[in-house]
Amino acid sequence: MNSIQEMIKSVVRFYADGFRNMSGWGRKAWLIIFIKLFIIFAFLRIFFFHDFLGEKFKDDAHKSEYVRNNILKPGN
Amino acid sequence: MIENIDPGLIDWSRAQFALTAIYHWLFVPLTLGLSLIVAFMETMYFRTGNEEWKRITRFWMTLFGINFAIGIATGIILEFEFGTNWSNYSWFVGDIFGAPLAIEGILAFFLESTFVAVMFFGWNKVNGKFHLLSTWLVAIGANLSALWILVANAWMENPVGMVFNPETARNEMVNFWDVLFNPVAVDKFLHTTSSGFVFASMFVAGISCWFLIKKREEQFARKSILIAGIFGLASSLFLAFTGDSSARTIAEVQPMKFASFEALSEGKQNAPLIVFGVLKHGEKNIGSKNLPGFVFKIQIPNLLSVLTEGNKDAYVPGIIDRVNGNPEKGIISVAEKSEKGKRAMNYLLDYKKARENKDNEQINSLMSKFKDKDFRDNYFRFFGYSYIKTPDEIIPDIYGSFYSFHLMVVLGFLFILIFALSLVFLFNGTIENQKWFNWIVLYSIPLPLVASELGWILTELGRQPWIIQDLMPVSVAVSNIGKGSVQTTFWLFTILFTSLLIAEVSIMVRQIKAGPTH
Repeated sequence: MNSIQEMIKSVVRFYADGFRNMSGWGRKAWLIIFIKLFIIFAFLRIFFFHDFLGEKFKDDAHKSEYVRNNILKPGN
Repeated sequence: MIENIDPGLIDWSRAQFALTAIYHWLFVPLTLGLSLIVAFMETMYFRTGNEEWKRITRFWMTLFGINFAIGIATGIILEFEFGTNWSNYSWFVGDIFGAPLAIEGILAFFLESTFVAVMFFGWNKVNGKFHLLSTWLVAIGANLSALWILVANAWMENPVGMVFNPETARNEMVNFWDVLFNPVAVDKFLHTTSSGFVFASMFVAGISCWFLIKKREEQFARKSILIAGIFGLASSLFLAFTGDSSARTIAEVQPMKFASFEALSEGKQNAPLIVFGVLKHGEKNIGSKNLPGFVFKIQIPNLLSVLTEGNKDAYVPGIIDRVNGNPEKGIISVAEKSEKGKRAMNYLLDYKKARENKDNEQINSLMSKFKDKDFRDNYFRFFGYSYIKTPDEIIPDIYGSFYSFHLMVVLGFLFILIFALSLVFLFNGTIENQKWFNWIVLYSIPLPLVASELGWILTELGRQPWIIQDLMPVSVAVSNIGKGSVQTTFWLFTILFTSLLIAEVSIMVRQIKAGPTH
């Protein structure tokens, strides 16, 4: 048990040291990653990219029916 | 029945997807190739213990890290687009698309959260062997991650290993191995990843040449060119080999795309290979589509017949054969395919009616029909042709296909020459003095990326009108959403991706100018 705790501690220390001693470009890269993820998930996903079928129908049976009707040719 | 879809919505949805995919692909090839180059360099350090190799490894690892960070998650947007803009398609492909993408997501998560961290944070903290192993696992993981995306894309071009279920209106995977070892997937994976290796090699060679021009870090530059030259030459030769294999597979499974990128209007025996040419408005039309002729062309006699069939007398079918059919050569016409597709479509309609009438006997009979191999191979595989109104609809943009293919091939041979020359100059000890060559390599850095993007343009443009070859045209795949929303996000993506690109280039340029650390 102690050895697992030690291992977890050393992994946490490893990441913490890594982030603390990160170079200038590393900090900029992380900043860009966070801004990008924010734009993608908190803005684009919420306002523009809805799950089209998921929002229209509650279950798979209705989604199937909708798509089946959709792919049948006009006039059928 | 298909909802009334505004044709402008289809065009904007396509443009948005193309924009996102092209921008996403600006970042991916460097990750694929540079991860391997860095792994080779670190292996040199591990084996020799020479600190210069460590400096070299850390410098290129920094550039890899910048590209990796900027490119990360740009592919997620494509997945959003599937669910929002292409919902009919996303539902229709079912788990065949979902399973490889899920594997890719899991692989990428574990790769990114563990081994990349060891790669960057682990110098002097973990032992050398484990650090090297992590670097290799990042390289292998990144390339394997690409495999699953390419498997999904290959299925769209050659749908195999599935059965259509009329109850769920989805294609269900029945043979994972058929999907994974789809000949298009194998060719695509090898060809696409090796194009990334070529780009990364040119990137390393070009920047190293810049150091030589500036008379800085000459030993560092020579050692970097050694790795990039060998890896680049091997990769560009392999790229030519996989390109040839890929073209033969396309001739078999997407013959119209093949005829279009060769601008082969009429089928020929002893067909020549067009090395390069300029197209002009031709004398023949099929429906509303003109079949272009040539202003001029450089060609090698018989070579297309030899490359496709291994025989110089072989007949290579042209666009006209593919549209009108050629019974003598066993090629069926679009009209015949449409008849078969309509039959499959009518069975689906019968299924719908049987469900409405709660006719279980008919439902079960039709379910069996869709599972029947003969029906799948001879009728359902042409399902998409039931939407085709005029046969000329199946002809893609010949000009776009021809030029993207031929420019890509010409560039591919240029890369072989550049890498071969870089090794010649390196081994005869004159590379520092070849200023003209160093400038050429520096300015050639974007060319492999251009060739790679042309390859994707050919892939996607050449298979129009299909989103899934022979099964679903693009017009049926799109969701009925507001065009304005797609237009807005198109411009938002343009701003977002351009900003990311500017950020990447500016951070990289700063790091390159700073040079390797001492």
